[in-house]
Amino acid sequence: MVHLANQIDRQLIMKTILFIEDESALQKTFGEVLGQEGYKIIPALDGETGLKLAKTKNPDLILLDLILPKIHGFDVLKKLKETEETKNIPVIILTNLEEVGDINKALEMGVTTYLVKAQYSLEEVVEKVKSALND
Amino acid sequence: MKSPKKILSQLNILAQCKKYNLSPWQCPQFLFLVMGALIISSTIIAYIIGTRFIEDPLAVALVIVSLAEILITITVVITHSFERLAEASRMKSEFISIVSHQLRSPLSNLKWTIELLMSGKLGKIEEKQTEYFKILKENSNRMQILISDLLTVSKIESAGLPLRQEEFYLQDLITELIARYKSFARASNVEITFNSQKDLPKITSDPSQITLVLENLLDNSIRYIKDRGRVEVQISKKNKTIHLSVKDNGVGISKRDQKYIFQKFFRGENIMRYQTQGSGLGLYISRAIIKKAGGKLSFESEENKGSTFWFTLPIK
Repeated sequence: MVHLANQIDRQLIMKTILFIEDESALQKTFGEVLGQEGYKIIPALDGETGLKLAKTKNPDLILLDLILPKIHGFDVLKKLKETEETKNIPVIILTNLEEVGDINKALEMGVTTYLVKAQYSLEEVVEKVKSALND
Repeated sequence: MKSPKKILSQLNILAQCKKYNLSPWQCPQFLFLVMGALIISSTIIAYIIGTRFIEDPLAVALVIVSLAEILITITVVITHSFERLAEASRMKSEFISIVSHQLRSPLSNLKWTIELLMSGKLGKIEEKQTEYFKILKENSNRMQILISDLLTVSKIESAGLPLRQEEFYLQDLITELIARYKSFARASNVEITFNSQKDLPKITSDPSQITLVLENLLDNSIRYIKDRGRVEVQISKKNKTIHLSVKDNGVGISKRDQKYIFQKFFRGENIMRYQTQGSGLGLYISRAIIKKAGGKLSFESEENKGSTFWFTLPIK
């Protein structure tokens, strides 16, 4: 009983991360690592699902890829920042687009961090996630 | 200065067209030549006909109009062939860019999955397995660097490399970089020293791109030292520029190879004997970055003695 209560308690205080990324391999790897770090991952494989889940699940952080099916990452970001329920959720962009124009655009739109996948190790990305969540 | 040989080779227009894989009627150089010949001959013809049929202005006007029509047709063909060339060049850059981007995603997946496996979070890894995971990781890193270089090359050759403008101290960048290269240098039995003139001013440029240049120079100097050696990094102010040099006592570049060293994909004959890694893009990219930043990158080298690569950056 105590064990169950602890489990419920832990699940209640577990921070949730919405991971909007169309690469299922990356979803799996990241889900595993961040899960081990004690976070709850909500996966979304396209922009449309991502937006829906952002509104209904109220995550603590959103990890967002830019090249996404259905709705492009930048449009997802725009909608997130326009919507009352989601505008204050920190967003980390995790992409392979490294054009200065894209980086500046995303930063102007209010993202917390912009990470180019090719430039970071798994561990470094986890550290960025932790620091965005103040952990 | 162009050598006479170079000028002569440029006059051989058909050979140039062949080099670009174009038929003469699609090749701007050839079409310009034809147009030039036509303008000259049509002027002469117009003059001859004009003087002979001076009493019949309608005939003269008809001849001139038909000559003008021929010239216009050739001009349209020339414009089309230029468009085709521009399109081919754009498609080439776009192709490199798409391929590189598409390659990057699976490569990131691969790299992070290897890291996850190596971290032992999914289960204990035997020592023997670690060795092989390291090989996988090193090779995925190499591929990543190559793709990144190819993307930079495609940027240089298409729209041009975008450079941010930020104020920073070059010496700070170097100190940070040398610290990062310490273990690689130690493993290669290379000692790195850094001398900086005091009170150097800040420069305004793109720190990430300048870091890329410094990485290329440092990496080359450490990599191409046989057995053990020394790399000296120096930075000073000369007139209105910051002058940076990276000197090593490595294998050097032979006289014959020196003129090709900044060419894309070129790798010195002697370094191929020592090291098989490397894409031959580093110096090409570095020179393009420094040029874009308003500076100059060059070198002095002697085979089996070492090389000194240096660049300047303007102080604004």
